[in-house]
Amino acid sequence: MSSSSSAEKNPYILLRLWRNEEYRSVFFQILTMVVVFVFLGMIGNNVVTNLEIAGKDFSFGFLNYPAGYDITFQPFIPFAPTDTHFDAAIIGILNTLLVAVSGIILATVMGFTMGILRLSNNWLISRIVYVFLEFTRNVPVLLHILFIYSIFLYVLPVPKRAEPISEIFYLTNRGFFIPAPVFEDGFGFVWIAILIAVAFVFFFVRWAHKVQDETGKTYPVFWISTAVLLGLPLTIFFLSGTPLSWDIPIMKGFNFKGGAAIRPEYIALTFALSYYTSCFIAEIVRSGILAVSHGQTEAAHALGLNSNRTLQLIIIPQAFRVIIPPLASQYLNITKNSSLAIAIGYMDIVATIGGITLMQTGKEMETMMIVLLLYLFFSLLISAFMNWFNRKAALVER
Amino acid sequence: MTLLSFWLLYTIIPPIIDWAIINSVWTAGSRKECWDQMPTPGAGACWAFIENRIGLFTYGFYPEPLRWRVNLSFVLFVLAAIPVLTDKLPFRKYGLMYSAAFPFLVGWLLVGGWGLEPVDTDQFGGIMLTLVIGVTGITFSLPIGIALALGRQSKMPVLRMLCVLFIEFIRGVPLITLLFVASTMLNYFLPPGTVFDLLLRVLIMVTLFASAYMAEIVRGGLQAIEKGQHEAGDSLGLSYWQAQRLIVLPQALKIAIPNIVNAFIGLYKDTTLVLIIGLLDILGLGDSSLADLDWAGLANELYLFVALFFFTCCFSMSRYSLYLEKKLHTGH
Repeated sequence: MSSSSSAEKNPYILLRLWRNEEYRSVFFQILTMVVVFVFLGMIGNNVVTNLEIAGKDFSFGFLNYPAGYDITFQPFIPFAPTDTHFDAAIIGILNTLLVAVSGIILATVMGFTMGILRLSNNWLISRIVYVFLEFTRNVPVLLHILFIYSIFLYVLPVPKRAEPISEIFYLTNRGFFIPAPVFEDGFGFVWIAILIAVAFVFFFVRWAHKVQDETGKTYPVFWISTAVLLGLPLTIFFLSGTPLSWDIPIMKGFNFKGGAAIRPEYIALTFALSYYTSCFIAEIVRSGILAVSHGQTEAAHALGLNSNRTLQLIIIPQAFRVIIPPLASQYLNITKNSSLAIAIGYMDIVATIGGITLMQTGKEMETMMIVLLLYLFFSLLISAFMNWFNRKAALVER
Repeated sequence: MTLLSFWLLYTIIPPIIDWAIINSVWTAGSRKECWDQMPTPGAGACWAFIENRIGLFTYGFYPEPLRWRVNLSFVLFVLAAIPVLTDKLPFRKYGLMYSAAFPFLVGWLLVGGWGLEPVDTDQFGGIMLTLVIGVTGITFSLPIGIALALGRQSKMPVLRMLCVLFIEFIRGVPLITLLFVASTMLNYFLPPGTVFDLLLRVLIMVTLFASAYMAEIVRGGLQAIEKGQHEAGDSLGLSYWQAQRLIVLPQALKIAIPNIVNAFIGLYKDTTLVLIIGLLDILGLGDSSLADLDWAGLANELYLFVALFFFTCCFSMSRYSLYLEKKLHTGH
């Protein structure tokens, strides 16, 4: 729009500009930008005034202050109330990751099993799985978590009255007590042996594949690998004089001493999250397998493969292409749903930084920003990984 | 395998029937009275607990003399759902207009004001609160989601980028953190001195959260529409909005129906999360009832009841989506 004089000369210029799609789109975009910036500016202004009124400042200095609270579950690094809020955040992140990773593994195993069972030719089995899936899927995950946790609270015995399972495991309302391994001197050799065995198997499998590609000769790869993986470390283990003992939980007073305790919060959260999510994974797996055309199965049978080999070599690799994208979003869901930890007092990132630290320091803005950014980071990381995996598995066409 | 499944069924089903039906007690004043009527304490379900609390579970702390307003809302809700869910109804057009007005009508009915006695929203609770959050989220997330999806597909880079940023941000964080933002941080964003109802904040957050997911689902549907359809719209001389409304969106939404309903179900289940920030929905009320000395320890009864409530709602939604899919199937 050059000047007002041209507008006087041609009274329709504004209307013509309006009718022109390009100009209109530029106009709309500028308008949107202005509205968004005014909106953000208003929010920023409000934040500044509100913080002033509340007498707070915006800084992350509080991360260096002693936290002053205890964290009940700290399997990786020890934490004491005198440690800083920053350390508490690290513990929270590790706990979140622990639930996410173990939940993902467990959910994948259960989901694939149920998905395959759902397709079983056995009517009864597929019906049982179907009923379980439908019921579990249609009930909120928070309810599942609270329900499993309530089993620990109300059903399981207190440590004093707990019955041992095969003498060394105790399932109580304070958690699941298991013997803890104690590594003595000389166990390092066993670690080295395990590493050597893994490396050997890795190269052996590649070599066997190459031989099969070139000559068609096959080796019993699975059995040889298993033998090496188990045999080598075990031999070293006994040769170096069994440098491992078990710390068995023993009843002392009101609780167990020794051994390792897995907290009920952790078990309830992981178990509930994974069986809930595994129901969705089962449906994904089922539809993925159904998406592979029946001709593929027939072709495999015609080539003389038995049903296990067919599933393993023909069906699953093709089904994977369909399965991966929705599976990725289920993994994201587990990670995000692990934030429900706060409902049963499992100390994840939301409960530590977003919960107690927020309450103690009154730094709503800063703590919530940390939590939100961390989750964004994890989500982007998982989706980047799954995209990479998806590209790798995608169908390569001419 | 068959034998194994029979054995599994045999070990699971009879004890559950024993517990839930044969040994159950339906009338009692407290857990102790309940358990006294059983062969051994805890051998059966104490449904008296649920019966005793059903008023609380349905209406929350809504004032007793005003509960007719909640009941009327339930009736209005069913009436509003009918024209949306069924076609071939006489006067369906007016029915739909009523359905569109329904959320505002019931909002007025429940909160009060303008002639009705006002009720504080912190007295909302139970099934009623669950329905309020669920229905609000479902009604508003679809239009906002469609707008966001269209924005993400738009040719204007600024608009597109804003939509992508919004969608990806919301989808990258858990709902519970957003609810925390609503309950702790949102006050800082508003002009000083504004008092903003917690329930309203939660409703806004839940709706925004659901609409980001809805946007991705609608985008999936939009991407399945071939370019020829857009071009056909252009060649007929339709404007952008006419083409979207008459040609593209009906097809895209039809493709997206199963996923849209799944998102609705997910949203409905996610309404339970509000208990973490202190709103007492049905699960929250139940959980706090467990702390009542009279009824402590009856977790199984409670969770089964709440689970059945959600199962009924969600399962019927998913069945309806299957029916809709079959009905709209125009292929061969």
